Amino acid sequence: MEKILEVKDLELSFHTFAGEVKAIRGVNFDLEKGETLAIVGESGSGKSVTTKAIMRLLSENNTEYKNGQILFNGKDILKLSEKEMQKIRGKDISMIFQDPMTSLNPTMTIGKQIMEPILKHQNVSKDEAKKKAIELLQLVGMPKPELRIKQYPHQFSGGQRQRIVIAIALACNPHILIADEPTTALDVTIQAQILELMKSLQKKINTSIIFITHDLGVVANVADRVAVMYGGKIVEIGTVDEIFYNPQHPYTWGLLSSMPSLDIKDEKLYAIPGTPPDLLSPPKGDAFALRSEYAMQIDLEENPPFFKVSDTHYAATWLLHPDAPQVEPPATIVERMKQFPGSRYYTGTIGGTNK
Amino acid sequence: MAKYVTKRIIYMIITLFLIASFTFFLMKMLPGSPISSAPKLTPEQLAVVEAKYGLDKPLPEQYLQYLGNMVKLDFGVSFQFKGADVTQLIINRAGPSFQLGIQALVLGTLIGIILGMIAALKQNTVWDYGSTLIAIFGLSIPSFVFATLLQYWVGVKWELLPVALWKNGFSSSIMPTIALAIGPLATAARFVRTEMVEVLSSDYILLAKAKGASRFEIAFKHAFRNALIPLITVMGPLAAGLVTGSLVVEQIFAIPGIGEQFVKSINMNDFPIIMGTTMFYSFLLIVIIFIVDILYGIIDPRIRLAGGTK
Repeated sequence: MEKILEVKDLELSFHTFAGEVKAIRGVNFDLEKGETLAIVGESGSGKSVTTKAIMRLLSENNTEYKNGQILFNGKDILKLSEKEMQKIRGKDISMIFQDPMTSLNPTMTIGKQIMEPILKHQNVSKDEAKKKAIELLQLVGMPKPELRIKQYPHQFSGGQRQRIVIAIALACNPHILIADEPTTALDVTIQAQILELMKSLQKKINTSIIFITHDLGVVANVADRVAVMYGGKIVEIGTVDEIFYNPQHPYTWGLLSSMPSLDIKDEKLYAIPGTPPDLLSPPKGDAFALRSEYAMQIDLEENPPFFKVSDTHYAATWLLHPDAPQVEPPATIVERMKQFPGSRYYTGTIGGTNK
Repeated sequence: MAKYVTKRIIYMIITLFLIASFTFFLMKMLPGSPISSAPKLTPEQLAVVEAKYGLDKPLPEQYLQYLGNMVKLDFGVSFQFKGADVTQLIINRAGPSFQLGIQALVLGTLIGIILGMIAALKQNTVWDYGSTLIAIFGLSIPSFVFATLLQYWVGVKWELLPVALWKNGFSSSIMPTIALAIGPLATAARFVRTEMVEVLSSDYILLAKAKGASRFEIAFKHAFRNALIPLITVMGPLAAGLVTGSLVVEQIFAIPGIGEQFVKSINMNDFPIIMGTTMFYSFLLIVIIFIVDILYGIIDPRIRLAGGTK
């Protein structure tokens, strides 16, 4: 597979009145052509900031890129000028935002808004751009696009507006599509439609997607790979099966346990205790240690490196260190792991060390 | 649209009728009459004069007659200028006031918008602070202080422009225009800055940026129109302020405007002119508010729909 995007040791801080907020503290990941990578994590974990950094959409006034590279097709995005960046935004990399109710300009017809990136990045006439905009609306499933192109955002429903935002994002067949919680603001039935739409469009134009969400149900539905973020770092990354059925980091365990499930009889919904770390003064060791019942002394003192679980699966927890004691994950997680070949709890016929 | 406009015009007529009635009875409640200040008239002479101007009739009759004449745009004859037709007087005097008002409005809002845009786009820089400073001065110093300062420096000391009077055409209008424009300028600058800052941090601006739009395109294609909406709201009262605020400035520059005449008429108890001018002001205001509402719809498509386009 060809890597289209590589994020290497990305570190960035926001300068605020309260001091320096170390929002991203060393993030590494790759994105391959045509794949969907989901980034999950709770609010403030740095998932949105990471993707906004990729598009350089963070306010230049108070954001400091402290370290690292973001390589897009081998070119470091962090070194580009604003002018060069404008040529990439909307053309090679585009973005879908969380709230379709606010992400369209209320005083501009949607036709103009869809045509804008086309006219900007492609050498076409206004008429051609308009034709393209109508095609795009058709593509995202908008009925009567020739009429609707003249309307304003307030004349559309939330789901329709998100379709328009998707049409804008896809206008120039981007290599990378960043979707920042695109279904969070929509109701469940519309969510499913939008997810289906995104999946089918991805196949059509063969784009890579970075999908930010905190909804694990959505992740299971769309992602090829999953990166779990916590406290400005990726704590675990792997294929969707590896993360769901063989999670290694206590934070991933917590996340999965707090997902409501139909087939577990226990009615009490688990919630991870405590609050996310204060990134004004980030903790020294594993950021999750203070909320984790599995924390060891070393978790408070030293930052865990990535331990390899498989070729595609890495987790940053000291529990994977050869000297670490064997711990028993929560019961629901053990249940999950039983279904995964390669996990130590696997109960199937091929291998496994079920006790 | 047509339905909306008709509805609005009917409301405007009702408003004018109410204002006319209200001022008429207020006027009648005032102590004194234009004749009472006249020197030594015998009761018989008084009666003759009152009869001549119709002041001897019962109040309801006076009121009805007044309303009837008003519909024909006839506000009667002035008491202070012998036999002068009030409507004609107002028309003659309205010219300079109108010119000043419009010049000040255009100048003030244009510069105000520019200052506000600069402040918002160069947030927390010298540009921003400078424009804020100008706006604070403009809001806190009354126009007549500016007027006198301008007269002293530009008119008397440097002798660049005529100090007062309405005799040198356009150059006579420059100083009063500037004095009048300071207020709307400051208001517009503050409004545009605040709105632009807010609009620039909204999601659709981020989306515009994510499409690859340049700073310039973001500011003018996306943000500007949205930032104007609240400004339009204050433009109505602002324009109104210009019309009434000009009373003082017209006095200072000795401009034969409608404001100056209005003040004089109040001192003289000249009922027909007071009534006529009040109605003229009211009419202007109502029309301005109507225009503002229409503009609103043009700028903001959401309001266009709410106004009952379809």
